[in-house]
Amino acid sequence: MKIVVCIKQVPDTAEVRLDPKTGTLIRDGVPSIINHDDKAGLEAALQLREKFGGTVTVVCMGPPQADVALREALAMGADDAYLLSAREFGGSDTYATATIIATALKKIGFDLVITGRQAIDGDTAQVGPQIAEQLKVPQVSYAEQLEVEGDSVIVKRQYEDQAHMLKVKMPCLVTALSELTEPRYMHVGGIVDAYNKDITVWGFDDLKDDLNPDWIGLKGSPTNVFQSFGKQPKAAGTVMAGLSADEAVAAIMEKLIERHII
Amino acid sequence: MDFKLDKSHLLQQQLFRNFAETEIKPLAKEMDEAEKYDLDLLAKMQKYGFFGIPYSKEYGGCGADTLAYTLCMEEVSKVDASTGITISVHTSLCCSCINNFGTEEQKQRFLRPLIDGSKIGCFGLTETNAGSDVQGAQTVAVKDGDDWILNGSKIFTTNSGFADTCVVFALTDRTVPAAKGLTAFIVDLKEMPGITVSENIERMGIRAASNCIVTYENVRVPADRVLGPIGKGFKIAMGALDCGRIGIAAQAVGIAQGALNEAIKYGKERKQFGKPINSFQNTQFKMAEMQTKIDAARLMTWRAALAEDNHEVFGPLAAMAKLMASDVANEVTRFAVQAMGGYGYCREYPVERMMRDAKITEIYEGTSEVMKMVISGSMKLK
Repeated sequence: MKIVVCIKQVPDTAEVRLDPKTGTLIRDGVPSIINHDDKAGLEAALQLREKFGGTVTVVCMGPPQADVALREALAMGADDAYLLSAREFGGSDTYATATIIATALKKIGFDLVITGRQAIDGDTAQVGPQIAEQLKVPQVSYAEQLEVEGDSVIVKRQYEDQAHMLKVKMPCLVTALSELTEPRYMHVGGIVDAYNKDITVWGFDDLKDDLNPDWIGLKGSPTNVFQSFGKQPKAAGTVMAGLSADEAVAAIMEKLIERHII
Repeated sequence: MDFKLDKSHLLQQQLFRNFAETEIKPLAKEMDEAEKYDLDLLAKMQKYGFFGIPYSKEYGGCGADTLAYTLCMEEVSKVDASTGITISVHTSLCCSCINNFGTEEQKQRFLRPLIDGSKIGCFGLTETNAGSDVQGAQTVAVKDGDDWILNGSKIFTTNSGFADTCVVFALTDRTVPAAKGLTAFIVDLKEMPGITVSENIERMGIRAASNCIVTYENVRVPADRVLGPIGKGFKIAMGALDCGRIGIAAQAVGIAQGALNEAIKYGKERKQFGKPINSFQNTQFKMAEMQTKIDAARLMTWRAALAEDNHEVFGPLAAMAKLMASDVANEVTRFAVQAMGGYGYCREYPVERMMRDAKITEIYEGTSEVMKMVISGSMKLK
């Protein structure tokens, strides 16, 4: 089984701040980490390999500094690593990013692709599903459990108040939640090995046979970020139980009026 | 000349730091109070390679270097000095002897399980009457056929409460001074009849570490467990202690930096006379002074580590690093307690433990006075 895990290097949000004037991230001096969901996906992949054999490949699109994220993945136990890095890729939105990654994945080959649900710096949750669409393979997002049975994966997909159990034939793509599993640490000797290995770096020229330059980078991006803002914490809801239908309507009306919604 | 860590060492440092903060720090106080090391934590560190850092992959080690090992020692000791000494005695004292003097067969049989994370090692040199002066050694080994019969007692054997393998030193020739009559043996503490390990010796600091008296009574040791040439035990022990001092220097740097970090954190929050105590220039100047001393000690430690990695003479450099770092650890931890006042003295905060732990770095693996003997001995003063 060939598992490919897509990872993103992100600023550690525990230490990141937003510039109050421009609304952009202040990245200076903020350490970079592997996105939490992606790291859980990598751990799940390593566990599947331990159980069923096969290989785990990691892929990361980013600037040359993202090399360290791939080294960390290798030190955790991944077999090989690809860095997709080129000036032409800069400014890509989620659609263009998915186009580039999908092109690379076609070239690498896979049975199972695991991505994180979403990156903590962008929070879109779009790249994983878009990669699956471009690869024309089935996808299951929000995986909180992942098993392999024969040529299929069995995924427990998280919903707000329930979960779905889905069986999907490989090749397919799964987006992982950080709840999926607790990532292992790097091994000290693994770090030594990680720096003795070669990371394959692919630029535009390596992918151009299958990549339309008009679909990538800033000009290939149908969306633009016009404003960034921090998440507003959502207050816990109020549960009112044991009311008749009329009482419930009255209670809801009262709350709506109280908050000047109506 | 480059004072910056390379990428591989930076990633190792990140691993040690994350592991220490997440896994060790939450247990440090509890282990100190219980005077007992958490064996699950020990197993976890073995699993990630913490017990085979500077040793070759050929024998199951990590294939990293002494510099990586000092990074580990510093990071773990920032949160818990007992973890530092547990790793250090295993790595620098026990494993280095077998790595440097063992036959190929001994390395496969004894070194491999120690550095691949299966077994824990310790080192038996100190006796009640043989501390800084090895001449007082009384443990003997007498030849019996092909075997040796060991009798005697070793005190302060770190890790012995749970260790599997011990490199122990005994006199095989009592007609010559100990420096020429000592021989090293590899013994199995858990399996060889005649070995008794005492309860943990009650101590002021590094209380979570295991430190016991190991008694040898007619212990039969086969000839294939003699380590290095007969009568060369003193040389083997001194070589191991040279390696060990780099580890202890790094441990002392860790204790100091850990205590200073606590004092800085506290001083940002603690308000007196209407403002945080870190906003007083007296506090700022003291902090600056402490950080400067820690950095000096760290650079000296790295210098000794690099010399060892480059196969240069490093004994006096290791002695200087240990002398400096252990002094700094004591000064900084005393400062941290003082800066935090009454709270610093309370067991709720970790700096009182760090102050107790710091003291031993001036004593074990050669006292500060012995360090001065080593350093002055290398200075061609006579």
